[in-house]
Amino acid sequence: MFFTYLRRELSRRRRQASFIVMGIAVGIGLVITVTAAAAGVKDAQGTVLHSLYGVGTDVTVTQKATAGSGAPAGFRVGGGSAKAGTKFTRDNLVGAGMGTLKASSVSAISQLKHVSAAAGGLTLTDTRLSGTIPSSTSGGFGAPSGGGGGSSSFKINSFSVDGVDLSAGKVGVLSSGKITSGHTFYTSEANSDDALVTSDYATANSLKTGSAVTIAGTKFTVIGIVTVPAGTSSADMFIPLARAQALAGLKGYVNTIYVAADSASNISSVSAEISSLLPKATVTTSSSLASEVSGSLSSAGSLANNLGKWLAVAVLIAAFCLAALLMMAAVSRRVREFGTLKALGWQSRRVIAQVMGEALAMGVIGGVVGVGLGFGGAGLVDALAPKLSATAGSPTAASSGGAGSFGPGGGGGGGGFSKLAASAEHTVTVHLTAPVTVEAVLLAVLLAIVGGLAAGSLGGWRAARLRPAAALGRLE
Amino acid sequence: MYKLSGVTKNYQKGRDTVHALRGVDLVIEDGEWLAIQGRTGHGKSTLLMILGGLDQPTSGIVEFNGQDLTQLRETQLTAVRAASIGFIFQTFNLVPTLSAQENVETALAPQRIAPAQRRTLAARALEEVGLADRARHLPSELSGGQQQRVAIARALVKEPKVLLADEPTGNLDEGTRDDIIGLLESLWRERGLTMVMVTHDSSVARRAQRLGIMKNGRLSIKQDTRNDTSTNDTGSNKAMDASAG
Repeated sequence: MFFTYLRRELSRRRRQASFIVMGIAVGIGLVITVTAAAAGVKDAQGTVLHSLYGVGTDVTVTQKATAGSGAPAGFRVGGGSAKAGTKFTRDNLVGAGMGTLKASSVSAISQLKHVSAAAGGLTLTDTRLSGTIPSSTSGGFGAPSGGGGGSSSFKINSFSVDGVDLSAGKVGVLSSGKITSGHTFYTSEANSDDALVTSDYATANSLKTGSAVTIAGTKFTVIGIVTVPAGTSSADMFIPLARAQALAGLKGYVNTIYVAADSASNISSVSAEISSLLPKATVTTSSSLASEVSGSLSSAGSLANNLGKWLAVAVLIAAFCLAALLMMAAVSRRVREFGTLKALGWQSRRVIAQVMGEALAMGVIGGVVGVGLGFGGAGLVDALAPKLSATAGSPTAASSGGAGSFGPGGGGGGGGFSKLAASAEHTVTVHLTAPVTVEAVLLAVLLAIVGGLAAGSLGGWRAARLRPAAALGRLE
Repeated sequence: MYKLSGVTKNYQKGRDTVHALRGVDLVIEDGEWLAIQGRTGHGKSTLLMILGGLDQPTSGIVEFNGQDLTQLRETQLTAVRAASIGFIFQTFNLVPTLSAQENVETALAPQRIAPAQRRTLAARALEEVGLADRARHLPSELSGGQQQRVAIARALVKEPKVLLADEPTGNLDEGTRDDIIGLLESLWRERGLTMVMVTHDSSVARRAQRLGIMKNGRLSIKQDTRNDTSTNDTGSNKAMDASAG
């Protein structure tokens, strides 16, 4: 009787029921799509972190650069008076605008609770200045490449170098790379002059396995070509950490520590422990990185979490309010019917159950349709896979290592070159996805049930208050 | 079956008080057929609602089978109606989305009968009113007379002690009216029902054993043929002493 009556009644009010169902479905669909998009943004943020610091890295530790920190830097073109017309080439390997940490911190961190792995790294920039000493006697040097007095020209080339800990395992920048030619480092090559070159840099500079490259004036042999995830602003070359430390004058120092937690739920506690161990260090997790990321990924995250979430909530509330109003209106139209049923001996609770059953049925149907719409919306986001960019960090002047100075024999003429700017900024491009989780679907179904019950309860309350005599319209 | 003592019912309509019933005293015996006539607005249907426990009097006592209905809570009144009182309305009041048989089954739903047995009883009730072949039809697919037959089946399927009919032929043509009244009369006789019927129709009213007239909320008995051995089918009218309410 209950289900027959329910089914027939919904069928009779098909148009109204469809209206209610679609309202609920749109609200539920929005909730699922927004939840999926938010999950996709979170995944993308994780991808950004992994792209920057390698898959498997949960926490990174860095230090803000201070004046005079970092490797000593400077270009000196020989001692004594350099003759005009003398050709020179100088390599300068300096930290990339980052402060340094003692390498011993790596082992201290690896012994912390819930840390499964830790490795240190050095992110450096090699700047090569080459040219000819100008013949001008008025002092000063013009700008590179043809400026200034006399016939001189200077060229500046730079590339980035990462010193990698060969015992890093699955932590560190190299962990996200794939060897496409040659081989990666062997642990026995910790002090060798071997280098891995990224495929983009190799192509641009016509390098291959076996080629020679010069880093800080030292010749290295390319042992392999590595492909890193597209869009990562990672190093152009990788060399063993010990060699990087030696060439940059940073023995016993690193400027990034990569840490892996034993589980995702312990990342926060690991982060807190490291902050406690190294109070002056900057400890970054993927969630804290999210707050520092700028770019369209950040905007998408804000959109999903703020506007998207509140839009979904608003639509759901509107849908449930509409359902409640329509249910009350339906009960008002069925006053005589319910009065008759009460006259036949139906208790109020039976009448209420009938009304709530109808509302719940519409809620559940709306929820099912809404889940379908949600999957559709999430699928659309997956299909479109919009590209989002994320920029982490900020440009810094290379105050570390001191200003570059130029001059014959140590004298410094006036003028000069602008300070070398080294950037600690990384930009990553990711494709947004929208994974629908089981939790999102269950939440949606729960919302639909609760909403249906809430809407039905108002109609049921209206039905319960009916006096049979009044309902039958006999107020004579 | 019923004993009403000093029953009054007042309604508030804006600033005015409507005295629908004014001190009605009435005794209805088991198996009696009482018809109540009167002009619109004089309290006929209000009295019927009170007899059926659908409304409570402002004052007075309404005894049904020795139980004072005025002392019962809503759930208790509903239970009494479910077990003992059948209703028939002028506008039939069938549930439009349920078939004839399902409409009859609604009267059995409160009694926790197994679905199969409920269907059997409903089918039998429809057969008794001559609508076995219309069991699956919706009310919209039935004529007025057929709908009222379904309503009668619904009222009687639970084998009530009392049948309360509010203008059962009010919406029917003359021929159908006679069919319905004939059906009610035969069921009344077969089952020994107590039947109280509100009607405007004098030809219908005259068929009852007793005829009461409602005027300005007061009931007076105009005809009482309960002790008359001759049948009352032709509506003979014997004047008796009135018991003023």
